[in-house]
Amino acid sequence: MPASSAPPQLASPAPKVTHHLLNYRLRLIARYLILTLGSLIVIIPIYLAIVNSLLVPSQLAHQPPPFFPTNPQWHTYPDAWSSGHLGVYIRNSLIQTIIIVSLQIVTSVLAAFAFAFLEFPFKRTLFVIFLSTLMIPFEVTVTQNLSTISSLGWMNTFQGLTVPFLATGFGVFLLRQAFLSLPPELREAALLDGYGNVRFLTRVVLPLSRPVIAALAVFSFLGSWNQYLWPLLVSGNDNKIRTVQIGLKQLAATQLDQINVSLAGTVIAFLPLIILLIIFQKQLVRSLTAGSVK
Amino acid sequence: MILTPKARRKNWGLAALFLFPSLFIFGVFTFYPFFENFRLAMFQTPPYPGLPSKYIGFSQYASILSSSEFMQSLLSTLFFVLLVVPTGLLLGLALAVAAHKALRGMAIFRVIFSSTVVTSVAVGALIFGTLMNPIVGFLPWLGINPNPPLLQSPTWALPSIAAMAIWQFLGLSFIVMLAGLQSLPDDVLEASRVDGAGAWTTFWRVTVPMLSPTIFFGLVVGTIYAFQTFGQIDILIGSQNASQLHVNVLLYYIYQSIQGTNPDPGQAAVLSIVLFVIILIFTLLQLRFVERRVHYAGK
Repeated sequence: MPASSAPPQLASPAPKVTHHLLNYRLRLIARYLILTLGSLIVIIPIYLAIVNSLLVPSQLAHQPPPFFPTNPQWHTYPDAWSSGHLGVYIRNSLIQTIIIVSLQIVTSVLAAFAFAFLEFPFKRTLFVIFLSTLMIPFEVTVTQNLSTISSLGWMNTFQGLTVPFLATGFGVFLLRQAFLSLPPELREAALLDGYGNVRFLTRVVLPLSRPVIAALAVFSFLGSWNQYLWPLLVSGNDNKIRTVQIGLKQLAATQLDQINVSLAGTVIAFLPLIILLIIFQKQLVRSLTAGSVK
Repeated sequence: MILTPKARRKNWGLAALFLFPSLFIFGVFTFYPFFENFRLAMFQTPPYPGLPSKYIGFSQYASILSSSEFMQSLLSTLFFVLLVVPTGLLLGLALAVAAHKALRGMAIFRVIFSSTVVTSVAVGALIFGTLMNPIVGFLPWLGINPNPPLLQSPTWALPSIAAMAIWQFLGLSFIVMLAGLQSLPDDVLEASRVDGAGAWTTFWRVTVPMLSPTIFFGLVVGTIYAFQTFGQIDILIGSQNASQLHVNVLLYYIYQSIQGTNPDPGQAAVLSIVLFVIILIFTLLQLRFVERRVHYAGK
């Protein structure tokens, strides 16, 4: 009996399994197709910029366009670095970014600590005031800030470039959330051990919050390094504090025979950030998605 | 926890000390300039520098908001946002769905898709400026060789800048969507699959509604991003051609009001207020709309 009934039972699922397998294979192929197509959209512009940065100017207008540098002109990179003053601009960008990142962390840690652990009057109101800064894009205040900076005599200075950005509502919000999620027993244990607030902050809260502080640091690094409007307004026509981004604008305003050099400059400005992305991907994702998922 | 009154007061002092740096910066560089806009908006900038500015009240809003230059700028801005945000979010979602499963090579794809998030506007402008350059042979090779060239054409300049902005927004959009997908509980998706729903149905009926808070977040962030577009226009178009080529978006219009030979702080203030109000309205609208969607999906 089992022998006779077994074959049809076995026979019928078989085509279904192959059907499923085929379906799965097709879907896998479709998935990789989308992935490859997406990668091409992202990579082709970057790849062509790198290729074009290595071409002889006469090759740039060639038909069909060269998709590989047959005679790579590596000198365009030192050219962009020295004659495009990119070395100076990168130094300026680094100074600007380090000032903003480190001081943003200090101001955010202090304020977030107060909101998370201290009791004081008007706490809720003050927190709403902090949050409301997130609703005011910097662009909306740019006109007045420019005249403030100018009347302080801070045009063309690093103070002018950085001071308006030394506090961040986002940073306070992000760190406060992280501080509040620390186990409350820590606070009690610290008090029992006779820790004051400052010692509790430096010995307990800060070491435990390193990951979120790193996330804030990466976020604010990216933001300040890539700033465009404010550095353009504050650095004017002087290249004493000109940052990379504004330097690139000048490189862009060159002749066709310089396109390879200006693209070399672009690659120089872009590469460090790609490396940063690869190293700090986790931190970056954490800060960029703060507020998107609960 | 019981604190003595003395300890409490000590706490207040420390809180004041800790809050002061942030409050000071916000006061001087966020709130003061924000409210100052409303005062400046009432004063007409004199035709010659050195003359005192004249109080004209709300009539300055009327004259600026009814000008054809403002209407043009507003339309360009809205068109730009409409081109960039939905496309950028859809592409980001599609790539996130494709890269969501832990399959071979996925780490590399994820880095590639995220990578445009670190490009600055200047980097993007130079890369795409060269690609769209009519002399550099890429577009002609593809058979795209319009006259006037893309970035000098009143029809194509704005969409070209938008294409660049979509490319740059893709990284952020992908990161946000992927994080959203990864936060979804697997068992719900599994359950719907066991119920016999196909992949396509599962995606639209289960995944997308559950992802709506993420999509909402992406919409708000994307809209704000698109309204802040400035650098690409400054680098690739420049102030002489911006309004003629219909790429004079609000922020660029503000920039032109404060730069150049005749700065007009009154006009810049009115435009800043308009920019603020529009971003606020968009954010609130999206919040309302998506809240209803989330609610509906939850029923």
